[in-house]
Amino acid sequence: MAIFSIPHVKLAGVAATVPRNEVSNMEFATLPEGERKLFVRTTGIDKRRVAKPGTCTSDLCEHAARELMAAMNWQPSEIQVLVFLTQTPDYITPATATILQAKLGLPKSCMALDVNLGCSGYPYGLSVVAALLRHMPGAKGLLLAGDVSSACLSELDKSTAPIFSDAGSATALVQDDNAAPMHFNLETDGSGYDAIIIPQGGYRNPVSAASLALEEESPGIVRNKTHLIIKGINVFNFSVVEAPQNIRALLEHLNMEREAVDYYVFHQANMVINESIRKKLALTAEQTPLTLGRFGNTSSATIPITIASELHAIVSQKPCRLLLSGFGVGLSWGAVVVETDGLLCLPVLEADL
Amino acid sequence: MHLDTFIAHIEEEFDGLPKGTITGDTAFRKLDVWSSMMALILIARIDSEYSVNLTAEELAEATTINDLFDLVKTRVAV
Repeated sequence: MAIFSIPHVKLAGVAATVPRNEVSNMEFATLPEGERKLFVRTTGIDKRRVAKPGTCTSDLCEHAARELMAAMNWQPSEIQVLVFLTQTPDYITPATATILQAKLGLPKSCMALDVNLGCSGYPYGLSVVAALLRHMPGAKGLLLAGDVSSACLSELDKSTAPIFSDAGSATALVQDDNAAPMHFNLETDGSGYDAIIIPQGGYRNPVSAASLALEEESPGIVRNKTHLIIKGINVFNFSVVEAPQNIRALLEHLNMEREAVDYYVFHQANMVINESIRKKLALTAEQTPLTLGRFGNTSSATIPITIASELHAIVSQKPCRLLLSGFGVGLSWGAVVVETDGLLCLPVLEADL
Repeated sequence: MHLDTFIAHIEEEFDGLPKGTITGDTAFRKLDVWSSMMALILIARIDSEYSVNLTAEELAEATTINDLFDLVKTRVAV
């Protein structure tokens, strides 16, 4: 098991940006009128954010990064590590992290790379940035994570469109000899790679004219082969089994009681999954903040959005022990226990993007 | 594991369905209140009550409540 600790890196700042445009699922034409109430009650997803056509994840992340650096009084010239974690990059080639390095005015001495992960991505991204910073005394790094899922799904697909929401986040980390270690448990099962997939448009199944033909898979599910597909029941079964096991194993490894964690911040998948996981771990609603109702499922941005929305006042005031857990596409899942001390967390930001 | 309790759990998940509407012979997909979302809801309730994770394929093979009950029964940890 990939259970490990990374010492001497501090989680210093968190910010998340959403598009100003809000869509209500109670008024969403793709959902039959008679199913809307049941959908919202079951998934917990009432409102979601949709980016303007042409807005990329990197635009939302750039906004969050600029606001965060300004609030922290960090100079772009100080950043040595930039990781951009997304499934909706600007281009297939080159990596978007390089474009962000230039846009944000980061120095040429900064290393920059993309990571292709979705709902599990936030703990993974923290592990990558922290591992890189660990041996760079005093160095500063940024994890930019999010997705503009509206760009890769079909608006006519009731199994995906009302679930996903767009957002970008920025997380600041700094090498600090006094920082408490971060503890990770990261896992993978690629045998379930097709549970959440865009089937065509990569190099295994290159895009062709036929890829773009809209087809009705079943009533209410109209999409083409470059649109995102989710096998909802497979994802449910995977999430409610693996996420709790992963967390139990990490806490056991650390010899840590569940009560020793102040907040469990889960990836916001949908209410059925999140409530099942919460109950399996016997956690209270107070321990597990939710933002599904207002921000839906924003892929790798759900954890920073939930911290920014629900915990910013708390983490800014006092030290907290957080457990952050992501699970989804890959299949990939993982958790991190992180102790924050003076975390600079901005409330959720809105932008005309 | 008893059929009556099983039916009571399932009935709770069908919003607005009068008590006693569902029997072992009910073909649940034929109910007016059935929608694709109900598949996920039933799977979640069965997981929560019996710790049994049914796959989409297993659910698809069940027509009546009795089919579903028998399927879950064989999988419940003794």
